[in-house]
Amino acid sequence: MTTLAGRSDFAVIGRIITPKSRVLDLGCGEGELLEWLIRQKQVTARGVEISPARVRRAIARGVSAFQGDLNEGLADFPDNAFDYVILSQTLQETHQPVRVIEEMLRVGKRAIVSFPNFGHWSVRANMLFTGRSPRTKAFPYEWYETPNIHFLSVTDFERLAEQKGLRIDHREFLAGERRITWLPNLRAEVAVFLFG
Amino acid sequence: MLVSTEIARFDGITLDSGARIEPLDVAYETYGTLNADRSNAILVVHAFTGDAHAAGISQETGKPGWWDNSIGPAKAFDTNQYFVICSNILGGCQGTTGPASINPATGKPWGMSFPAVTVRDMVRLQKMLVDSLGIRQLLAVAGGSMGGMQALEWAVSFPEHVRSVIVIASTARHSPQQIAFNEVGRQSIMADPDWNGGDYYDGAVPARGLSVARMVGHITYMSDESMREKFGRRRKDKPTTAIDVAPEFEVESYLRYRGSQFVTRFDANSYIYITKAMDTYDVSNGNATLADAFEGVSTRFLVISFTSDWLYPSYQSQEIVRTLRRRNHDVAYCELPSNYGHDAFLVDVAEQTELIRGFLASTYRGAAGAAA
Repeated sequence: MTTLAGRSDFAVIGRIITPKSRVLDLGCGEGELLEWLIRQKQVTARGVEISPARVRRAIARGVSAFQGDLNEGLADFPDNAFDYVILSQTLQETHQPVRVIEEMLRVGKRAIVSFPNFGHWSVRANMLFTGRSPRTKAFPYEWYETPNIHFLSVTDFERLAEQKGLRIDHREFLAGERRITWLPNLRAEVAVFLFG
Repeated sequence: MLVSTEIARFDGITLDSGARIEPLDVAYETYGTLNADRSNAILVVHAFTGDAHAAGISQETGKPGWWDNSIGPAKAFDTNQYFVICSNILGGCQGTTGPASINPATGKPWGMSFPAVTVRDMVRLQKMLVDSLGIRQLLAVAGGSMGGMQALEWAVSFPEHVRSVIVIASTARHSPQQIAFNEVGRQSIMADPDWNGGDYYDGAVPARGLSVARMVGHITYMSDESMREKFGRRRKDKPTTAIDVAPEFEVESYLRYRGSQFVTRFDANSYIYITKAMDTYDVSNGNATLADAFEGVSTRFLVISFTSDWLYPSYQSQEIVRTLRRRNHDVAYCELPSNYGHDAFLVDVAEQTELIRGFLASTYRGAAGAAA
């Protein structure tokens, strides 16, 4: 399995999650990842999604999703309700990333976060040579229409984890469908961290 | 699909109030086929003025059921897969015992001497019916509006006997606004001299009061937008400028027509009893908090609300969802876009169908998996 629903980070997340665990997916979209986890790993799944049309698709797939934003999605859950809380490619869009991470670790034993790496060489080169806000494969938006508000690199996340005393249990770096092990901050397009 | 309403007779029922009704009848219909292990039964519960005739064409009246767009082959409740049951509620007037039924002690209609009934009583009677059909556990209980309240109550009263509930355009308890509209309806009936303290079964029924109550109800079931689309300000041509109290605008004719139709099929005392049951209902009754009511409940929930429903606004559904989430119950929720107001769950069913089908299929799969 190299991709899942066309997403390489889904494939990584799918490998990390242990069978029969309890999983919350923040920003679950149309529920593709959760549906796969329910069928392949018999997990107990919940999803939160802001878009009503996507929630509808997710429920139609049989996923217990509900409509709400990230904060609503987290606030009502009791402590340690989940084994894993997933936030895939959304951390860079949140207003208070640190608060989101803290909340993820309140309601879940461990968190899985994936994000596009702002330290990738193409981003650096793009900015250096054009002098404009970088636009790359992973960051395709114009500055005035991007949902991304907190740009972070692999190194940025490692630093934050150190500062906040997060225990990183697993890290995986991807360029397209390839795994990167050497110079990830320069070469990874997407990073996936499992931490507690 | 031609269907006919059956009557089941029971020895009696003890109500929340302690009063007893005996014997009593329940009108019900079924659609589809119960499977060998009896795991595919769904109870559909009707809203305030609904009846047991939920789907198909009635052999007696020739009319389609009130949720015929949602129950049948390949519909939301797919009768190729599921066995669907719908019964008239306790206190109703369409086959199940209610105030218009004969009190065996006096040989006359109960009228206002009929004991007060609650939503929990209605659910208890539905459970008796389901038991009598030999079904130990329902795959789902589903309903909109007051049907949603009954579905919620099923999860609280009989958690082991229902795998999932579908609560549509409903609430855990009525707001003052909802109680107020019901009170206007009741006062309208009681202000009609023909109501006569509820004793009118020998003479004229309180038709004027009951039809005004229904007119108010219809306004609350629609939305500002759906009324503008349906009626606009269209009116009849009038030769005179003098004030005219005959129906002038289309919306007036429509409401009068619906009011007068309603009188032919609904009992005024039932209107009073059922609205009271709705108003006094609170799923947390007997518990310290709403969340406590769901303690030990392992039922799956699907909650649906509609954007333009101002009678049962989305915040009431969201309150149910948040409460369930606090206990980490299995709950799915979606607010669907619709202009049809509260009526949406009956008329604007395309997206609702998609949700119900997916939810039922995954619940059914889960049930099959658990049994294997």
